[in-house]
Amino acid sequence: MTSTPPNAANTDILVVDDVVVRFETQEGPVTAVDHVSFGVRQGEFLSVIGPSGCGKSTLFNVIGGLIGHTSGVVSVGGETINSPHQSIGMVFQEESTFPWRSVTDNVAFPLELIGMPKAQRIERARHFISLVGLDGFENRYPNELSGGMRQRVSLARTLASEPKILLMDEPFAALDEQTRLLLGDKVLQIQQQLKQTTLLITHNITEAVQMSDRILVMTYRPGKVKRIVDIDLPRPRTSEIVGSEDFGRYVAQIWADLREEASRGMRDEEEHALHHTGAPS
Amino acid sequence: MTMTATTPPRRFNLASVLPALTGLGTLVAFFALMEVLIRTGALNRFIVPPPSEIIASFPRIIVEEQVLHRFVLTLTECLTAGVMLTVFGVAGGVLMHRFKLLQQACETWVAALASAPVVLCYPLFLVIYGRNAWTIIMMGFVSALPPVILKTLEGISGTRKVLVNVGRSFNLTPTQQFWKILFPAALPTIFVGIRLGLIFALINVVGVEFLINFGGLGQLINELAERYDLPGTYAAICFVVLVSVLFFMVLEKAERWLTRAE
Repeated sequence: MTSTPPNAANTDILVVDDVVVRFETQEGPVTAVDHVSFGVRQGEFLSVIGPSGCGKSTLFNVIGGLIGHTSGVVSVGGETINSPHQSIGMVFQEESTFPWRSVTDNVAFPLELIGMPKAQRIERARHFISLVGLDGFENRYPNELSGGMRQRVSLARTLASEPKILLMDEPFAALDEQTRLLLGDKVLQIQQQLKQTTLLITHNITEAVQMSDRILVMTYRPGKVKRIVDIDLPRPRTSEIVGSEDFGRYVAQIWADLREEASRGMRDEEEHALHHTGAPS
Repeated sequence: MTMTATTPPRRFNLASVLPALTGLGTLVAFFALMEVLIRTGALNRFIVPPPSEIIASFPRIIVEEQVLHRFVLTLTECLTAGVMLTVFGVAGGVLMHRFKLLQQACETWVAALASAPVVLCYPLFLVIYGRNAWTIIMMGFVSALPPVILKTLEGISGTRKVLVNVGRSFNLTPTQQFWKILFPAALPTIFVGIRLGLIFALINVVGVEFLINFGGLGQLINELAERYDLPGTYAAICFVVLVSVLFFMVLEKAERWLTRAE
């Protein structure tokens, strides 16, 4: 008999069970992620939110299989994963398109890897390019596109691999607020259209509330699960929802949770800076 | 009745040809100034011949000195050295990236070799290969190898981590990771190395031809200089410049084609 970790259910497609990540540093061991457990249901949009330095990106890398974890289990559909898994598609915070490939060739990249014939993969790539709203840009190169468009190319490339779980690490962090809201709409539209299970790592409360079914709030270092908030807002959603009263209530509720953690993080960083610059006491 | 599509006549755009015209104009002005300075005696004509005499000597050295044959010979030596240093230099950089011990052991030595006057080793190469084109090619190759190795290493090591992580997230094999991500990402930097390497190779090829009095344009320059045929010497030097220009035009085309999206 297998036990279900706290914050997870038997029906979860992705399960993070009691995961601990500890790094060795010059100042001794640092626990980045501390006994984190949660699950993501099929078709669900779950956001992980926390202050800077809470281990969100570490968690992203662990779930994506890019780094190992000290203890605990990450599993997809019951299969334990310790390295990148074909069921998980990753969208990174940094600009990650291949500058030497056109938009079509970027999006067709995962299809090329599985040996799909050229004509078929171009047709498939065009479908995903259209899905992210980049029709007409198929033959352009990334240096001819804006930052938001490049992120959409990265998203289309990941979607083209048809992952069971879409894992995104602050994909809009480098974009301006308006582009971020509009891209949020696009992601929501795609997620609802494909019924794509999505895990979003973010530090943006508005973005998290706009898109998520549930939000997992993390504590400042070491990163633990502070609370999981169900977002009971109607779907389909668009960025227009940010003006609603319920939306504001959720934002305030999550900010109340985050504020304490963010303040702790800020104090910690100030102390760290004082300690390392040798400021007079 | 047939209809033909007409395209609007192309308008002459001065701005687009102005840089080229300025460059050409500067060159002509420089030669005119030299001509005046030499003819007025401000510059000694036994050190620098007037440009008009250099131009007049072109037909003579083309016919009497078989300059075209020598030009092709030097170009072939440069191309052979260029192909060799591209193949071995890029492979060397890749190996040093792949095997960290090799990198730690050799990187400083390779960097030191880049600034060493390798041309002084030509007697050793003469002993090994004899007085033939291979001595010249190998001298060009060896002296130009370090920048290609170092720039290849720099290009591959400098690949943005997120691109490597994209490859990892798609479960690429190490071979796929190299050919589909590391190598194309490093290509612009590798070309900087090849460009530097080709400059070194060309200098050394012509230099060794001159030193061992064998082969193409370097030997011709040596012979003409020894005969004190200064207009002919400078005319031959013009052909060396032409080799360099042709070389880099071809390289630029290749670079643009391979890195057209950068």
